[in-house]
This record gives sequence, C-alpha cells and structure tokens, in this order.
Amino acid sequence: MIEILFFFFAALAIGAAINVLVQKHVLYGALSLILMLTAVSALFILLRADFLAVIQVIVYAGAIMVLFVFVIMLLNLPVDEDGPDRLRWLKFLGIPLGLFFLFLVVATLSNVEGGAAAQARITGDAEAIGRSLFTDYLLPFEITSLLILIALMGAVVFAKKDL
Amino acid sequence: MIPLNWYLILGAVLFLIGVLGFFLKRNIIALLLFVEIMLNAVNLTFVAFSSRHGEISGQVFVFFVLVVAAAEAAVGLALVIAMFRNRESLNVDRSNLLRW
Repeated sequence: MIEILFFFFAALAIGAAINVLVQKHVLYGALSLILMLTAVSALFILLRADFLAVIQVIVYAGAIMVLFVFVIMLLNLPVDEDGPDRLRWLKFLGIPLGLFFLFLVVATLSNVEGGAAAQARITGDAEAIGRSLFTDYLLPFEITSLLILIALMGAVVFAKKDL
Repeated sequence: MIPLNWYLILGAVLFLIGVLGFFLKRNIIALLLFVEIMLNAVNLTFVAFSSRHGEISGQVFVFFVLVVAAAEAAVGLALVIAMFRNRESLNVDRSNLLRW
C-alpha cells in the first residue's frame, strides 16, 4: 500500500518537474512547481517528517511560490522574448549527456547499502525538531536570523526605484 | 517499508531535471524556479537519510535549507525586478554588459 503511495507521489513530482521544463510561459511553470512541492511534501509524510511536510506547504508552496507568481504577474512579461537563441545546439548535446549522467547516477545509487537501519524509527514532529534546533544547532539558528535580516534589507535596496 | 535507494534515485532524478532546466532555459525567473527544484531534491535526500538512520539532524538541515531558499527567492526576485526595470527583458543572454 505504502509503495503505491510512494510511486504515485514520485511520478507526480517528476511529471510536474518535467512540466516546468517544457512549459513556454514561466507562469505555468511556477504553478506546476507548486504541484511538485506538494508531492514532495507528501513524500515527507511517508518518511514520517510531519513537521517538515507542513512547513514545506506553508513556506514553499504558500510563501515563496506566491512571491514568484506575484512577481511574474507584476512584471507583465512578453509571451516569448527569445530572439535568436545562441544556445540552440546545446539541447542536442545537453539532453543526451544529461540522460547518460542520469544512467550513471541511477546505476550507482541502486547499489547503495545505506548503512544499518535505525532500530527505533523517529518521528519528525515539531517537538523533536525544536529540541534539536535549540540545543545542538542554536548558533546556526541565530546566524540564520542574521541571514534573513540581510536578505530583507537587500531585497528592499535592490527593488528601490533609483538603483 | 520503502528502500532508501528509491528515495535517493528520486532525488537524483529531480536534481537532474533542475540542472537540465537551469542550462536550457534563458528566462531568469525560470532559472530561479529550477534552483528551487534542485534544493527540493537535496531536501528529499536529507529527509530520506534522516529517516533511515533515526537521526533528527537531517531534518534540522532541511529547515536551514528552507531558510536559505526563502532568502534566495527574496533577493533573487528583487534583482529580477531591478533587471526588468533597467532592460525591459528577462533574457539572461541580453545581460552581457560584463562580457569580454
């Protein structure tokens, strides 16, 4: 049963990611990416990382992708603004090389042992993550707040009228 | 119980789609979208290992990756707005002022 769920959401994630690749207009790509993020969040639930699944939907699909869609609609993009594509030959070289790389990676990863499985399965709820975050990872957590502050100021400065 | 390899392969495939799109697309917003795909593939791998080894640290790392992704999206989109205001185009090939 759980394998069926895994294959369903894995196929959904890969299909949505490929759809981002083939869409002409970037807005449809962004909407398809929201689908992929939701599928990955379902996979997090299968891995018993409940808190991250919720955060994935709230922060990624809720906040970051809304920001993307907002900017795309704000800019009022021309439908296709390609012009002469300097890199057209890249597709004929890049896609076979990418598939070859994919073959190498899959062939390697299917033989991974992954070490001994844990005895007790953990549940990544808010309590466990918060406990680890505020004891072992307290300093990175505080530095993260500094990063957010810098990003906030940077975004305001870059978006100013007279740059 | 799903083997660890399946999650690793799924993460690799998603990461590969992200890399492929990053090199094939010319629209800078699309490039940012593919960066998000790559970050998600890495997050999936982190959570898979965390679940396998019974170690919560992997999930804490995903938390940090999420924060970096949010900061990157905010600054990146501000840059996109500034670029569009100055050049009326989002094609990265046209931003070649520093090309030799």
